[in-house]
Amino acid sequence: MNLTADAADDRAVVITGICGRLGRRLTRVLHRRVRVIGLDRRAFPDRPSDIEHHEIDIRSKRTKDVFRSGGVRALVHLGVMHNPRDSVEDHHSWNVVAFQHLLEYAEHYRVPKVVLLSSANVYGPRPDNPVFLDEDAPLLGAGPFSEIRDLVGLDMGAQSYLWRYPQTEAVILRPSHILGTVHNAPSNYLRLRVVPTLLGFDPMMQVVHQDDVVSALQAALGHGVRGIFNIGGPPPVSLSRALEMLERTAVGVPHSVARAAVDRLFRWRVTSFPAPELDFIRYVCMVDDARARSVLGYRPQHGILETLRAVDEERWP
Amino acid sequence: MPLLERLRATARQAAEELKTRLLGRDFEQRVETLKARYIGMGGDPFGFDVTTASNAAMMLAFFHRMYFRTEVFGIENVPSGRVLLVANHSGQVPIDAAIVGSSLFFDANPPRVVRAMVEKWTATLPFVSAFFNRVGQVVGVPENARRLLEMGEVLLAFPEGIRGVSKPFERRYQLEQFGLGFMRLAIETDTPIVPVAVIGAEEQYVSLGNLKWAARLLNLPVFPLIPQVFVPGAQMPLPTKYRIHFGEPMRFKGGPDDDDTVVSEKVWLVRQTISDMLRRGLASRRSVFL
Repeated sequence: MNLTADAADDRAVVITGICGRLGRRLTRVLHRRVRVIGLDRRAFPDRPSDIEHHEIDIRSKRTKDVFRSGGVRALVHLGVMHNPRDSVEDHHSWNVVAFQHLLEYAEHYRVPKVVLLSSANVYGPRPDNPVFLDEDAPLLGAGPFSEIRDLVGLDMGAQSYLWRYPQTEAVILRPSHILGTVHNAPSNYLRLRVVPTLLGFDPMMQVVHQDDVVSALQAALGHGVRGIFNIGGPPPVSLSRALEMLERTAVGVPHSVARAAVDRLFRWRVTSFPAPELDFIRYVCMVDDARARSVLGYRPQHGILETLRAVDEERWP
Repeated sequence: MPLLERLRATARQAAEELKTRLLGRDFEQRVETLKARYIGMGGDPFGFDVTTASNAAMMLAFFHRMYFRTEVFGIENVPSGRVLLVANHSGQVPIDAAIVGSSLFFDANPPRVVRAMVEKWTATLPFVSAFFNRVGQVVGVPENARRLLEMGEVLLAFPEGIRGVSKPFERRYQLEQFGLGFMRLAIETDTPIVPVAVIGAEEQYVSLGNLKWAARLLNLPVFPLIPQVFVPGAQMPLPTKYRIHFGEPMRFKGGPDDDDTVVSEKVWLVRQTISDMLRRGLASRRSVFL
């Protein structure tokens, strides 16, 4: 499916989690060329008029109706839940069970393409990680903290779909830390004025601009593309260098103190960073995106400074 | 006060002379060369930082030039691209790695950065992990070694491992068994191997043996019995003279997944070369300390 070539094809691209920052950006580049159907439990009041939006929970039966009518050329799953405040059950029913249902619908109604936006976090930050992990590296992200077990489950679910249905073009993208106006942990972390770091640890960081992820998603929609792709960004820098470039004040805190403090603050609802995720600023977790570069023709367009500064765009537009 | 002025000038001059003697006249230039190399590569993904590394090199220069008075032979044998340095390991404390590193920084033209593989658990230590990253040490997993060689770096390997560094004084300059991993890596990445013989490290700490029960008790890999550490003020290594011999590059063909027997023949060749270099180097040495 080439998005520009067959404008006559009026089958739709279904995007879950369309109301997120990334979903909106993807929609903006897609909706003039293809029919876009949004699926999100949030409302999308300022959507472009040519977008059909269904304000439903993807766990509900009504999701099936979107596919039943036929005419879906691709499913892009951005609606991954990762809110440490929500319960484990909620995460499981949303990320694992509902996604399995989506895949069943896609199979049943013969959707030729399924794209999942997973994350490089599934590999997990570990002291013995090689500097760049390739797509065959084991998904050990859930080892130290079970909270992201369902993210690994989601990725695995898509993988088994990929091998089971060779006629469907299933694509799994695993981008490193996405930065921009998005509200994810790395962007929120870098938006802090005074940034706590772990004393004596300065891991290399790989970040990617949200718009580069959008172009990777577009490339994933291309005809004949299937498989798993890591998405890296500009050459990595150390955390301390990144904070220097952003002119942030870094405050080093010993790991044990930081862990206890974050744990406490999380319980008091002062912060939404769960303490085990401190490992992301302790150990390295970067990906080798050679496959995306050769197969998808993916090239990050944003340099490191531009990517880092993208987190401030929201505060000072 | 002219006297004070003159004293100050003399002190400044002495400091300047010491600096030149330690770091050489072209230190700044060497640092710039390295900076240009890594900027040209678009930065080092492992976190190598030339500024931190050159500061560390300044400290190391004292040991390299004054304390151990290192003499370097055949450094022109180190080819300009990717290369695997294979050396004998000795001396209880891995100072030999640091001195090989400083010879390539101070004595090679152009200067090179030696990358060595460190134990995985060092990545869990605060400060140590950050420091190792910045001075170019890399967590020891095969993917990292491969990537470093693909980047055209100098990789230092001690195939004897901990067995070599902790051997007792009576077995000095006798090579332990070599691991095979370095050879598979060299064949896979088509990297020349430069054999390196380090002479002088064996005598820096005289170990009478390994206390196995103490090592087990303290959960350490070895517990060497070194009398000098019990003498107050003698914890530093003995100021032996280091002599480092770089041999001619060796190239090997074959498959990286060949049978152990096939690979060990090639490893034997490297081991034998280092052994010969050690023998010749020891024969020409007049004194351990001079």
